Amino acid sequence: MFARSHNLGAALLLAPLLLLLALAYGIPFLGVMKWSVTLPEPGLGQYHALLTDPLVQSVFVRTARICALVTVTAVAAAYAIAYVWVRGTPGQRLAAEYCILVPFWISVLTRAFGWVALLSNQGLINTWLRATGILDEPLALVRNEFGVVVGMTHFLIPFAVFPIASAMRALDERVLLAARGLGASRTRIFWSIFVPMTMSGIIGAALIVFVFALGFFITPAILGGGRSVMVAELVYLRIFQSPDWGLGAAISITLVLIVGLLTTALFRFLRPSQMAG
Amino acid sequence: MQQSRRAAELKAVGIGKSYGAFHALKNLSLDVGRGEFLTLLGPSGSGKTTFLMILAGFERASRGQLFSDGIDITDQPAERRSSGMVFQGYALFPHMSVAANIAFPLRVRRKSEAEIKRRVGEMVERVGLQGHEHKLPAKLSGGQQQRVALARALAFEPGVLLLDEPFSALDKSLRGQMQAEMKRLHEETGTTFVFVTHDQSEALALSSRVAIFNHGELLQVGTPQEVYERPGNRFVAEFLGEINMLPLRDIRPDEGGAKGLCEDREVALRFAPGEARGEAILAVRPEHMSIAREPAIAENSIPVTAVSSTYLGSAVRLDLITRSGSRASVSVPMEAARFALEKGNTVWLTWPAERGLILPETV
Ligand SMILES: Nc1ncnc2c1ncn2[C@@H]1O[C@H](COP(=O)(O)OP(=O)(O)OP(=O)(O)O)[C@@H](O)[C@H]1O
Ligand SMILES: [Mg+2]
Repeated sequence: MFARSHNLGAALLLAPLLLLLALAYGIPFLGVMKWSVTLPEPGLGQYHALLTDPLVQSVFVRTARICALVTVTAVAAAYAIAYVWVRGTPGQRLAAEYCILVPFWISVLTRAFGWVALLSNQGLINTWLRATGILDEPLALVRNEFGVVVGMTHFLIPFAVFPIASAMRALDERVLLAARGLGASRTRIFWSIFVPMTMSGIIGAALIVFVFALGFFITPAILGGGRSVMVAELVYLRIFQSPDWGLGAAISITLVLIVGLLTTALFRFLRPSQMAG
Repeated sequence: MQQSRRAAELKAVGIGKSYGAFHALKNLSLDVGRGEFLTLLGPSGSGKTTFLMILAGFERASRGQLFSDGIDITDQPAERRSSGMVFQGYALFPHMSVAANIAFPLRVRRKSEAEIKRRVGEMVERVGLQGHEHKLPAKLSGGQQQRVALARALAFEPGVLLLDEPFSALDKSLRGQMQAEMKRLHEETGTTFVFVTHDQSEALALSSRVAIFNHGELLQVGTPQEVYERPGNRFVAEFLGEINMLPLRDIRPDEGGAKGLCEDREVALRFAPGEARGEAILAVRPEHMSIAREPAIAENSIPVTAVSSTYLGSAVRLDLITRSGSRASVSVPMEAARFALEKGNTVWLTWPAERGLILPETV
């Protein structure tokens, strides 16, 4: 138990941050909430539309599908990278560190266009496929969900590495030795000891990736080419292009609620300090 | 003691282990008999764990060979050696129940569900964990976790069980209880046990033989009685318990034993190395010495004065000084201590001839 004065001190230190959050997020959030129930007329009409409008529904379903796919691929890739980072030889560790850190230095926009350069019909991959005669027609790798999943996965892998690596570091080496001594093969140790013992990291990483992915805007906008619209882009379209502020606001609020629920779940699985790696 | 049909016999020949220029183990040769309870005893950093890891196959020896039942296993990895191992801190699988932990080595060996069930039940009973089968290790006390580790390591009837300071995390009374249980498990299973500890009383109490390590060298191997009563050198003598050391000179052989001068009095030794000549150290355990008002006729005796005393309850520990300035201590009844402590009283420190040891002058 902390002493009372301790709590008070902590509260004082946190106060500026809380104030900033209230000003920068709380007030605008209340504003958006107000739009969602007042525009174009007072009532829950926009939420009703949200539940019935097939277009909005299809965007939510697509978003869920893309986020789920991205979560699976990003967490799987992050698990492999974290494994090398934590348990590899010194050279492998260094390589893994670069894989994790370099993406942080390149802006999300640059990375998205990088993928376009790689995946588009005139991109590196399709050019090579045609030049070598493997294919006559270009593969549709971008301006569709595939491109979106690739770009988002790439962006989110580093964020998934940290919770996984921290779970792997916490694992007692002797437990693995014990399993070996009891006669278990490497495959067996990996699947029945290593993976279950790092499950908290996997779940934490999955939640982080999923929550981040829900709010993605730039990557799907560029790599989806307007054909694979996700929720965040839909909000943008409703507010800046339609303009249908009420529906845009209602979608925003729904998204915030989903993210809030998932974040609560996240904190139940992981203490925030663990995410820092 | 019943012998398990699977108890293994180990033989280490010239084992060495180097980490860079540092030699953690130096040319170590040791035989571990079938069904034996061998303890590796030594101070911290003496190479006990390193040797155990080599026996288990987790570490590779830099030099030397290892045989199990006559088969060369030097290059065999741990997972193929199938020696049971109990780690310091137990290393249980935290996400598996007690039963699943114990079943793990059996699952790995693809035993039938029926056999796994039977064997787990048997082990749970053997270590007294009935009713805890479905708990996770974190929900158990230290002693109970220890039992799970023992049951898991013994479940697949390994030829040898290796234990690295298994009791170091337990409090004293629990330690005593676990020691007794381990001794019983050893007798019931008949498996060869190799046990690491740096606690000399634990080593003496449990083992059929004790191997004493220092600085990566094996100094002496023998039964607890042999190493305690006939230590081969000063380090072993001191490590196994308190011992008084007095300078001895003019040593000469005498009727299979030896005679020499200690504090200018002739003393006799029933046992002495054949080559003992000249000067050496005379070593006697305090419990084999007593004090008297007059020199004893049938025993060795030297004059001493008492310096201080410590009350021990059942006895008094007296710290003594000889005329030449050597120190010694002895546990005596209160009466004897009182007389010795009276100012200026010279008393006689006495011991029987068969209790004196000759140790080489150098360590
Ligand atoms: N991987 C390693 N790299 C370098 N030196 C090592 C390594 N493992 C052990 N050593 C050294 O080898 C020596 C013996 O270590 P070991 O762990 O066998 O000692 P120990 O007798 O088990 O001691 P303790 O009673 O403290 O457990 C120590 O000096 C240790 O520092
Ligand atoms: Mg050790």
